[in-house]
Amino acid sequence: MSSTPLEQNDWTTIIRPSKGWVSLKPNDLWEYRDLLFFLAWRDISVRYKQTVLGAAWAIIQPFFSMIIFSIFFGGLAQISSDNVPYPVFSYTALLPWIFFANALTQSSNSLVGNANLLSKVYFPRLVIPLASTLSGLVDFGIAFIMLLLIMLVFGIVPTAAILALPLFLLLALVTALGTGLWLSALNVQYRDIRYVVPFLVQALMFASPVVYSSTLLEEPWRTLYGINPMVGVIEGFRWALLGTTVPGPMLLVSAVVALLLLFSGAMYFRRMEKTFADVV
Amino acid sequence: MSDVVIRVDELGKRYQINGKQQAYRTFREAIIRTVRTPLDRLAARRDQENNTFWSLKDVTFEVKRGEVLGIIGRNGAGKSTLLKILSRITEPTTGAVYLKGRVGALLEVGTGFHHELTGRENIYLSGTILGMTRAEIDRKFDEIVDFAGVEQFIDTPVKRYSSGMGLRLGFAVAAHLEPEILVVDEVLAVGDAEFQKKCLGKMSDVAREGRTIIFVSHNMGAVRQLCSRGIWLDRGVVARDDKVINVIHEYLQQAESGSVLQNNDISVKLAVLDSSGNLVRTWGSQETIHFRVEVFCNKPLPKPTIDLSIYSMNGAKLFAFQSDHLASNHNNAISLASEYFSAVFEITNLSIAVSEVYVDLGIRSQHETKYLGLFEQVVVIQVVPPNPVYSRYEYLLHCPATFEVIGWR
Repeated sequence: MSSTPLEQNDWTTIIRPSKGWVSLKPNDLWEYRDLLFFLAWRDISVRYKQTVLGAAWAIIQPFFSMIIFSIFFGGLAQISSDNVPYPVFSYTALLPWIFFANALTQSSNSLVGNANLLSKVYFPRLVIPLASTLSGLVDFGIAFIMLLLIMLVFGIVPTAAILALPLFLLLALVTALGTGLWLSALNVQYRDIRYVVPFLVQALMFASPVVYSSTLLEEPWRTLYGINPMVGVIEGFRWALLGTTVPGPMLLVSAVVALLLLFSGAMYFRRMEKTFADVV
Repeated sequence: MSDVVIRVDELGKRYQINGKQQAYRTFREAIIRTVRTPLDRLAARRDQENNTFWSLKDVTFEVKRGEVLGIIGRNGAGKSTLLKILSRITEPTTGAVYLKGRVGALLEVGTGFHHELTGRENIYLSGTILGMTRAEIDRKFDEIVDFAGVEQFIDTPVKRYSSGMGLRLGFAVAAHLEPEILVVDEVLAVGDAEFQKKCLGKMSDVAREGRTIIFVSHNMGAVRQLCSRGIWLDRGVVARDDKVINVIHEYLQQAESGSVLQNNDISVKLAVLDSSGNLVRTWGSQETIHFRVEVFCNKPLPKPTIDLSIYSMNGAKLFAFQSDHLASNHNNAISLASEYFSAVFEITNLSIAVSEVYVDLGIRSQHETKYLGLFEQVVVIQVVPPNPVYSRYEYLLHCPATFEVIGWR
């Protein structure tokens, strides 16, 4: 009906139905980095609005868990803690664990919680769960300062292994994001997810060496245990900060599983993305 | 044709109708559905085609740079779906859209506002959500604040703002978006007259700068004022694509008296009758006229109330009647019969000087302001003024007046 060629070169955007698996388009994400920053910053600044204790909650949560665990698991049950005082032993694990648990809870609900944005404006949807995961880093930072104080009290000096800590934090981030992407995309379709998550978090905590040490297991079970990527994260944290046993091959298993989780989560997310605005 | 910036090519969008074939919402349903007998699932698949509907079908048009295109049509005609596809919120089922330049979508005022955050924080948040970069917002910040007129409250949480201030700030952010293509939904339907005027003014400015605008509205006055070209969408297809005056005229003319209209769960039928009960399309101003409204609903309506509004063809609201204010037996009668009722508005002695009016019907619950069903441009009525002298269309109403010369030299 017109003389305009259909596939002209200078169209900047072509919108057409997508089929099946689609590319991850990391460039898109980079273009929207400012949005990522402001969404994460919104989550952080809104989180403790109208609370009396404010950001102190970031410390209270792991600190009281530490006390409870020390009484019941360290004191009453006499669980082995790799020759480290039990409070430090459990707090070091609680640090990445609470980051993971909060990231999971927040990101799984992030798409549904931002439904009004999904149906009103376009941007790469990956930004939303990514922002809620990253926003947990601030709480992590606050709780980390507390750890340094606790270590000071118990007179523990970290070794040079502490330089590896950012890598373990990255592993925690990858694990949390991978799981969060799966759950957030599923939650759009199946609202059951919001009931699954608290249970999942609780079950996973006991499946991870938070209150006990993975040295309870013999090889090769110890390596196999790394299938839960949080095992690698937690044992890595303990090694880097407290100088416990080197995690070894289990760490490799954890890293591979975490990357698989992230990649498959991102692919599934991108595949389901087109239905979000219609279903949410 | 070289300067085409939007090309919409045989665009279609299919939706699942809310019903038994809707996508599984819970695992339980998914499991039950999978376990059910294969026969059942075969049957379900057979009528799947019946449970989908095409919100848009084979929509094709082009828009040139700097053109201001108005899209009109009834509720459910596919206008919003088209905007959502153009702004990449949802994907089409068939066809394609080709775009040149950045698209800014204004489908809501205050997109992404968080009421706990301050005005300043919300400008950055909403701005980046709408697609601006931080540096861009830094540059336009003062202009935005100035346009919204909220300097004093810029560090106050938005939840303490009056609704008008919130709207102004939201619009101010969006108005400074400066995309090459601007897509605007019914945002002007909110806010007071002054706000609407400001929005329209800003949009005219944007149009004058040579940007391309696609504007969806039920407000015929705004469409006529702003747009040069119009597209009338009817049940997902382009019914007319022409100069805006022609499209609006044709669109309003087809509004049939006595046909059943549907919106959400509510259907209405409006008949315009003269004093002896005949269906009419013309109305001698100052004669008695009856609007007989029948309302059907497939679930009980809590305390239903009918609003009937009469507009001039350029979108000025002339009269509004509310059934609960008019009827003495309203509460007793209508609130009991709630799945079907019929009622009559009788209007006498209106003095209108315009030649045509159209009628909107709104069904809501008493004391509520949100409509359960809103039916716009239900019918167009020709008005015969009492005296041909009045029919110069330059004013809307008339009233008895006399003129007397008192002296002369």
